[in-house]
Amino acid sequence: MNYFPDEVVEHVFDFVTSHKDRNAISLVCKSWYKIERYSRQKVFIGNCYATNPERLLRRFPCLKSLTLKGKPHFADFNLVPHEWGGFVQPWIEALARSRVGLEELRLKRMVVTDESLELLSRSFVNFKSLVLVSCEGFTTDGLASIAANCRHLRDLDLQENEIDDHRGQWLSCFPDTCTTLVTLNFACLEGETNLVALERLVARSPNLKSLKLNRAVPLDALARLMSCAPQMVDLGVGSYENDPDSESYLKLQAAIKKCTSLRSLSGFLEAAPHCLSAFHPICHNLTSLNLSYAAEIHGSHLIKLIQHCKKLQRLWILDSIGDKGLEVVASTCKELQELRVFPSDLVGGGNTAVTEEGLVAISAGCPKLHSILYFCQQMTNAALVTVAKNCPNFIRFRLCILEPNKPDHVTSQPLDEGFGAIVKACKNLRRLSLSGLLTDQVFLYIGMYANQLEMLSIAFAGDTDKGMLYVLNGCKKMKKLEIRDSPFGDTALLADVSKYETMRSLWMSSCEVTLSGCKRLAEKAPWLNVEIINETDNNRMEENGHEGRQKVDKLYLYRTVVGTRMDAPPFVWIL
Amino acid sequence: MEGGSVSGSASALSNDENLVVSCEDSCSPVGNELELGLTLSLGRKGYTRVAYADDSSSSSSSSSSSLSRASVIAGIKRTADSMAATSGQVVGWPPIRTYRMNSMVVNQAKTLVSEDQNSEIRQEVNKNRTDATNMRSSMFVKVTMDGIPIGRKIDLNAHKCYESLSNTLEEMFLKPKTGLSTRETDGRMETPVKILPDGSSGLVLTYEDKEGDWMLVGDVPWGMFIGSVRRLRIMKTSEATGKAQMIL
Repeated sequence: MNYFPDEVVEHVFDFVTSHKDRNAISLVCKSWYKIERYSRQKVFIGNCYATNPERLLRRFPCLKSLTLKGKPHFADFNLVPHEWGGFVQPWIEALARSRVGLEELRLKRMVVTDESLELLSRSFVNFKSLVLVSCEGFTTDGLASIAANCRHLRDLDLQENEIDDHRGQWLSCFPDTCTTLVTLNFACLEGETNLVALERLVARSPNLKSLKLNRAVPLDALARLMSCAPQMVDLGVGSYENDPDSESYLKLQAAIKKCTSLRSLSGFLEAAPHCLSAFHPICHNLTSLNLSYAAEIHGSHLIKLIQHCKKLQRLWILDSIGDKGLEVVASTCKELQELRVFPSDLVGGGNTAVTEEGLVAISAGCPKLHSILYFCQQMTNAALVTVAKNCPNFIRFRLCILEPNKPDHVTSQPLDEGFGAIVKACKNLRRLSLSGLLTDQVFLYIGMYANQLEMLSIAFAGDTDKGMLYVLNGCKKMKKLEIRDSPFGDTALLADVSKYETMRSLWMSSCEVTLSGCKRLAEKAPWLNVEIINETDNNRMEENGHEGRQKVDKLYLYRTVVGTRMDAPPFVWIL
Repeated sequence: MEGGSVSGSASALSNDENLVVSCEDSCSPVGNELELGLTLSLGRKGYTRVAYADDSSSSSSSSSSSLSRASVIAGIKRTADSMAATSGQVVGWPPIRTYRMNSMVVNQAKTLVSEDQNSEIRQEVNKNRTDATNMRSSMFVKVTMDGIPIGRKIDLNAHKCYESLSNTLEEMFLKPKTGLSTRETDGRMETPVKILPDGSSGLVLTYEDKEGDWMLVGDVPWGMFIGSVRRLRIMKTSEATGKAQMIL
């Protein structure tokens, strides 16, 4: 390859698109490093504090697409205070100053302000795509800037963000000349929507393939929208309540029949189940169905709908479907690859919840299943062993038994053997979440068998430091380890400091690690940021005489090339 | 300084008070804790597995391991900040994104309220059921106060009545801890200020509902409030009067 001119090598590199592969080729030799960095257009930064904007721009000056993740995963469950960090503003400022030709920005768990969005919209002429997942800090005013200023906007995709809805007219801020939209997802907005502006926008967007509406868009508006966008591939229905004999419902039926490209359906945020039959004609084309927010769709209406969806690859559903419903899924959806079952009611079981039987049925009926997230009331080792036998292809396996520490409900044993069977059989397992009663034994299995495991979530599990040590020593590919309420302490934390250099991050909350343990770790590993998050006033760590032995409530550590961050709030102590 | 994501020790204190001294009918504590096998002592979080050791197993090895586990876990003691003791919930469990949790609670409250709007007794029962439902999940809403640039977040499901909510908000915004600038609290440190519905203290508590309208807090039954509230705002009385006129 050294005999080829740079342009040829660069052309070859154009075919290498995955981040992992690109990182690998940049390590081969200096010349490849140089060619690679000038030709890299898409950069993924899994932890925004692992580097900084200046370094990013120095290395990749031809950047077009940036993906940034901010807060640790457990922030999704309120375990991280809102002011912790993850601000996108400095990144946008630096990108704007450098005049890089940014076209795409994807953010997850970051704090985004209206100011940031305004700056973004004004700084990059060719900006095309904004995807915000689980972010917060902005309002519809920020969206108005994006709509108004991004002339070539293709994607505006807002997934499960907390957005202050000022009920402004952000939708009318899209100029009449804007005809390039491909994706428009505002399902998470809580306020009213200007239906006229929306309909006009959809009508002048011939490339629109993905449209996800919020609660405020009623059924008659949906009918009109669908009839002017029959090319739709991905639809999120807002409000779906109407009299099935009404004229608008008939119009909807007609419009739906024309949407022969529709492959993905979601939403039904407020739904009258008897209207679902309007969608039956296109169900046989669906590959993705997300009814996890459709609390009102269950029972026979739900089953009837699913029975039409023979090509389904991805299904997100509420546990009100029940084990019987999952059996229907198992017998109908033979192409199923990903299943997520969310709880619909957190108070107590009830007869609508799912159990281990539903999981076993799915594993038996869906041979292509590789990703599962399953919230349930109970589980047994026997069921997990069966699931492992039926589905050795799991890449992601997340099981959440709602009651912490719950054992096998038949034998009262811990669930070590069940999870052990999963990790032993599923050689490609990359992500695992544990729950139920678990001893150190499960971690022995994980360390022994889970060779490809990159992310592990542990809650209320284990007996001693040995558990955590098994994982740290055994899982060579571990990237993100997050632990809460488990009895792991300093011994495990400090056993192999160099391990953390190979990982993106470690989170430990309500465990047994002490302040002095964390201090020792920080001393041994200056290339780590060791953050202690301490919210309570009466636990002032500096003032307390016995500070060394004091237990740390929340520990978050991550490798970084840029040292201590400057934007940490007062309750975050970086050692 | 209290983080915003957990209703901090202030609300924990007010909930402690609620459990000891019931403030109203609607504030009856819910006894769901035993189902989980949680043994909760006030002010502490911790899982002791006394319930399992009692229930279950015939084999001696598992019961001894469960007992030794109980002692290990009982050894993990944390402050009331983790909220488990006072409201029967564990922070961040089950692991469901806040956005999804909020939409679940809204759906449940909405169903319960709309089932029967006539009977008073039904409403009471529903409210307690709503409370029971809400006990297991968080519902965080933003709270802003006129004159204070930084907003906070509060978990509405940590409260069962308006009085406890009001107490918490007063703690959060009107009683300064070390670290807050005194600039905002001049003149407020001497007399405890209350946020009263009649606005006689100069401040009034309002909320934005699902339709985007701003309403005075306290007018509707708690369960209905929970089902429609989107965010809270502590307004100066003069502003509130103006807004009220706009709504009317």
